[in-house]
Amino acid sequence: MTNRQPVIAVIGAGIAGLEAAHQLAALGYKPVLIEKAPVVGGHVAEWNRLFPDMTPAAEVLEPLRARAEGIKTLLNTEISAINRLKDEYNIVLGDGTTLLCQAVLFATGFHLFDASRKEEYGYGIYNRVITNRDLEQWFNTRQDSRIDHPKAVGFVHCVGSRDLKAGNAQCSKVCCITAIKQAIEIKEEFPDAEVYCFYMDLRLFGKKYEDFYIRAQRDYGIHFIRGRVSEVGEAIDGRVVVKAEDTLSGRPVKVTLDLLVLMAGIVCNPDARHYAQQIGVARDEDGFLESRNNLDAITESSRPGVFFAGACTGAKTVPETLAEARSAALAIHLYLSKRA
Amino acid sequence: MDFGFQLSPSSAVNLDTVDRRRYDALVQLEPDALTCIGCGSCSATCTASPWSGMSVRKVLLGLQRGRDGEVDRMLSACMLCGKCSMVCPRGINTRQLILTLCRLDKNGEVVR
Repeated sequence: MTNRQPVIAVIGAGIAGLEAAHQLAALGYKPVLIEKAPVVGGHVAEWNRLFPDMTPAAEVLEPLRARAEGIKTLLNTEISAINRLKDEYNIVLGDGTTLLCQAVLFATGFHLFDASRKEEYGYGIYNRVITNRDLEQWFNTRQDSRIDHPKAVGFVHCVGSRDLKAGNAQCSKVCCITAIKQAIEIKEEFPDAEVYCFYMDLRLFGKKYEDFYIRAQRDYGIHFIRGRVSEVGEAIDGRVVVKAEDTLSGRPVKVTLDLLVLMAGIVCNPDARHYAQQIGVARDEDGFLESRNNLDAITESSRPGVFFAGACTGAKTVPETLAEARSAALAIHLYLSKRA
Repeated sequence: MDFGFQLSPSSAVNLDTVDRRRYDALVQLEPDALTCIGCGSCSATCTASPWSGMSVRKVLLGLQRGRDGEVDRMLSACMLCGKCSMVCPRGINTRQLILTLCRLDKNGEVVR
């Protein structure tokens, strides 16, 4: 241990990385944000509004970005390798330079499941089938020729979630409430449209989520059909025909839609697993990074000096991610104080 | 001509063509009906259910799936005891809902 200010590599400058870096700087450390994208903000920067209060994503992101202003941030920066030294980590960056650090924080987040892998839903095959992310982009830009005054819109829950065949047994947790948010936004935009949500269960666990669901039912008249979509086909006019079982009545249903939105689930960022492997950090059974334990040490890995914040250990909401970022900063502080 | 077999009509529900006028009229008068989550508490507690198949859950679903005949058969078995109203977790006044529904014909017109 040197008497220099300890350096902490924060991998990923999404909301987890930004918040953790800010907290670490406030605690007197020198965080370095490493981000492969040209901008900070991660997935939240691509989103338009956030559940359950329809808060503009920018309202959450801007203060985080502002507070991280003075922190060393390497954009467009890939990591070539991470080496474990005696009690330090050496990170080799894409441009060949190295960063020696006393702790590593994974804030690597998630990847959206590639919806085209569920071929039966026709993403990438039929024009009118889009994903939750495509819709969010449309809310931002209002530019997508596929969305043109739809009269009937469907949402498919659990695309690549709770799906053993797709290799993801876990629930992505935020898609139910996101589907409800987006369904409401579609209704606000196109009040005459019939909106259908095809679900297996509705998992509305968070604060005010159930209220949001009741509003979707009562104030927006969104139809909830309990049944997993079995197949999607294209009608001659380019609309899509969706088939499912209405499991509550035990009968098959079919409906023709102008737009079908697939709620792509959350999987671990493959880069995170790659880096973790190099320094002996294990991967959990669900494909996410493995915490020292899942109850009281979710932000700690089983390797000294390696910490986690946010969706690298599993699907997380925005408030959960921010809370973990703060918690991880404290865990790093305790770790480095003990060594000093 | 007898071919020795016949085709059964499809039991599939086509949401493109289903007639929801009665349901739409009902939710105009009783908006709480929209908040049903299909939990089945009403059916489980229903006094008439064991011998008639009455179920408020199925009534609401049947209306949205164009199964008017079944809906009317179920409604005729209701004794208006109101137990279903006591157990609904969404607080829907199901007894009132049944009374309102009985006033609507299948086109959604108030006839009684």
